[in-house]
Amino acid sequence: MSDDIILRIVGKFLIPLVVVFALYVQFHGEYGPGGGFQAGVILGAALILYRLLFGDAAARKAVSPRWLRLQAAVGVLLYGGTGVAGILLQGQFLEYNVLLTDPINGQHLGIILIELGVLLTVSATITALAYTFSADSEEHLSDPQVDASSQSDQLRS
Amino acid sequence: MISEVIDVALLAMLWIISLQVIFTRSELTAIMVFGAFSLICAGLFLAMGAADVAFTEAAVGAGVSTLLMLNALRRCGTDRCNSSRRGVIDIRALALTGVTGAALIWGTRDLPGVGLADNPVHLHVAPRYLQASFDEIGIPNVVTSVLASYRGFDTFGEVVVVFTAGLGVWLILGSGKRNDGKADEDE
Repeated sequence: MSDDIILRIVGKFLIPLVVVFALYVQFHGEYGPGGGFQAGVILGAALILYRLLFGDAAARKAVSPRWLRLQAAVGVLLYGGTGVAGILLQGQFLEYNVLLTDPINGQHLGIILIELGVLLTVSATITALAYTFSADSEEHLSDPQVDASSQSDQLRS
Repeated sequence: MISEVIDVALLAMLWIISLQVIFTRSELTAIMVFGAFSLICAGLFLAMGAADVAFTEAAVGAGVSTLLMLNALRRCGTDRCNSSRRGVIDIRALALTGVTGAALIWGTRDLPGVGLADNPVHLHVAPRYLQASFDEIGIPNVVTSVLASYRGFDTFGEVVVVFTAGLGVWLILGSGKRNDGKADEDE
């Protein structure tokens, strides 16, 4: 959480650009370098930057940890589901040719779907790692016992 | 010619940064310098034509992992590593590092040259991918064809690994904040 006005203004200006660049890397992956993994880490870095500049509460309001968990799971399911759809359409697992009548179009659709799955999972996991590891460090330093007991409560529940 | 100059300049910077990491007295400086190390590595990957890898290295190596290290340092405190053994050279560690480094350098003599077309790695399935991928997949970027279609199953495994890593962190550490435990209870 930064009180520096220059960082905040520059961040406000930069973060949308980084997000758009992540989407560019995602959707331009057919032609240029990049794809789901690269777009995912860039998007995750944008969210982490937002969290650094505007604080934990604002970041949790924008993207809640619960949403991140859901997003990560949906990404894997989308990827796996695309594979299973190939089986259901009398092909093999992750065989995109059978997704549409034209095999080339089927390949395009399959690649777009699985890259979207990669983007969802990677960006959610990267962001959630930063949330988890950087949370509440002041409390950890000041009151380790309370925190340890609350963590064990969390583990039990 | 110009690419050799760039390579040598980047490698020289890597060398300087490594020395800086070894000889610095502050953990904070070491972490920041490691971030710069990753950024130079990203530049090296770019010089080798691997822009995808450079993206990932810049975002994960220089950005996210530097942040994770800084958080670890903030939790552990900066004073616990100030040992009195500074300036003492451990002969065993020096010998081990020296022998390992010499073995690695000796091992590079057997490696094929960088970027040669007749290297073993380029003679297996790569020619088939390069020639057939545009007719079979229909997209110009062969890297994407291989990753997403020919080797889609491997990429699925990678995504599952990333997801599993996140899942492990969530299960062991929680999602980071105490009031998030309340959100968990209604599940």
